[in-house]
This record gives sequence, C-alpha cells and structure tokens, in this order.
Amino acid sequence: MAQTRIVLPKTAKKGEIIEIKSLIQHAMETGHRRDNMGLAIPRHIIKSYRVTYAGEEVFRAELFPGVAANPYFSFTTVATVSGDVVFTWEDDRGTVVTETVRLTVT
Amino acid sequence: MAMGARSDHARVDIARRRLLVGAGGLVLGPCLLPLAATATPEAMDAAVRQVVGTGMVRPGRVKLEIPELAENGFSVPMTISIESPMTAADHVRTIYVFSEKNPLPNVVRFHLGPRAGRARVQTSIRLADTQRITAIAAMSDQSLWSATADVIVTLSACLETG
Repeated sequence: MAQTRIVLPKTAKKGEIIEIKSLIQHAMETGHRRDNMGLAIPRHIIKSYRVTYAGEEVFRAELFPGVAANPYFSFTTVATVSGDVVFTWEDDRGTVVTETVRLTVT
Repeated sequence: MAMGARSDHARVDIARRRLLVGAGGLVLGPCLLPLAATATPEAMDAAVRQVVGTGMVRPGRVKLEIPELAENGFSVPMTISIESPMTAADHVRTIYVFSEKNPLPNVVRFHLGPRAGRARVQTSIRLADTQRITAIAAMSDQSLWSATADVIVTLSACLETG
C-alpha cells in the first residue's frame, strides 16, 4: 500500500511558524506513456492533497500529471493549539488515504 | 508486422536524437510518444486566462527557485515564496504553476491562507522539455503577481518509456 511520510515537529510554541513536509509514495502515472507492447498506460495520479490542523484547512494542493512521481510538499503553518494535523489525499481512482499526526503546542 | 515497424521507427527517432545531442544541441523537440501532444505557449496563456480571468498579472513579489539546468526532467525541485504578511487582511490565496512545453499547461496549484504564517511552498515537478516555468500568486486583495524561470532540461521526462 502506498505510504505517506510526514515530517513535522512534535511540539511547538504558540505562534511559532512550523514547517511541514510530506512525501507520498505514488507513481503519478501521467497517461502519456506507452508500455513495451506500445499500449497506452492509463493515467493514475493523485488529484488532491489537503491538510487540516485542529479541524481547519491550512493547506491544499491540486495536482496534475506535471507533479513528479512520489509527490513531495513542504509548507508552513502557525502553531495555534494542540491538535491533530490530518493529511488526506485522493487519487483519480477514488483511493483516499488519511494520515494523522498530533502536534502539541506549549 | 505493425509492432516491429513501430519499434524500428522509435529506434530511428532515438538515433536522430543522439545525433542532435552529438551535434552540440540539447535534447529538444516534442515528446517521442505520439500520445503526448505538448502544450504551447499559447495553450499556456489560455490556461492562465482560465484561472485569472481578465485580471492583470504583474511581475514581482513572487520568487520562483528552480535549477537553471536539470539533468533530467523526471523530478525537478521547485520552491515558490511570495512577499506577503500572510495576515487575515492581506495574504496569498492561491499559487498556480504553469508549463509551456509539458503535455498539459497546468502543473500544480496550492491554496493557502493566513494560517500558513509564511507564503513558501516546495514540491518537485516533471519537465518534458527545456522551457520557461511560470508561477502566479493570487492575493486576498485580488491582485495577481508572477515570476518566471527558465530551465534547461537535458533528458526529457517524456522519454521514460518502459
């Protein structure tokens, strides 16, 4: 199964800007390639990536085939309250993956 | 056989490419694969218009960092940062990335807001060819800012045939 690797600090001070990085294992098949038999390889890409923090959306991306395989994203958010950072991505075959990381704010 | 003819054709095409490289040129030209019609600067302009409407896009405030020379186009790291206080009253809403030579002009879009604290995102993109990449930031006050970067790609992402 596809893995999502997430890097963010476990704890942060209130008001601190923290960096969040994630790497999703996914081929991001463009739909523009052909296999050895000359047949078109169907498109299979992640379409959306969304991150909520303590229930509120803090980052969202719309992906096209131009995003490299194993999509990597890095972005920032302001530490406000202790809560769950929830990562959700969905591909064009309806697969939805959710990962949750707890952030403690002091 | 049709299959054999096709692969012969591909081999000739590759040989021609090698010749071009040998002649001092970089690997340019359209994708090897007939499936991949490439976007054109005009198609990119149309894609830009689709998202910005009639708004005026001004150069500035956006910093687009991407290698000037990429050995291959499979995964090219890119950092976009925008001069913005990222407050509730004044922040970046959306960042759009466009390509003029990939099969599709849209590459990726990021939606952010004041919760980001800082307008800086990183990702890795595919580049089908040597080209100019454009990043456009749509701000909360409706203004639009852009930056471009030229990238020379020596091995196209479209050549990754199985």
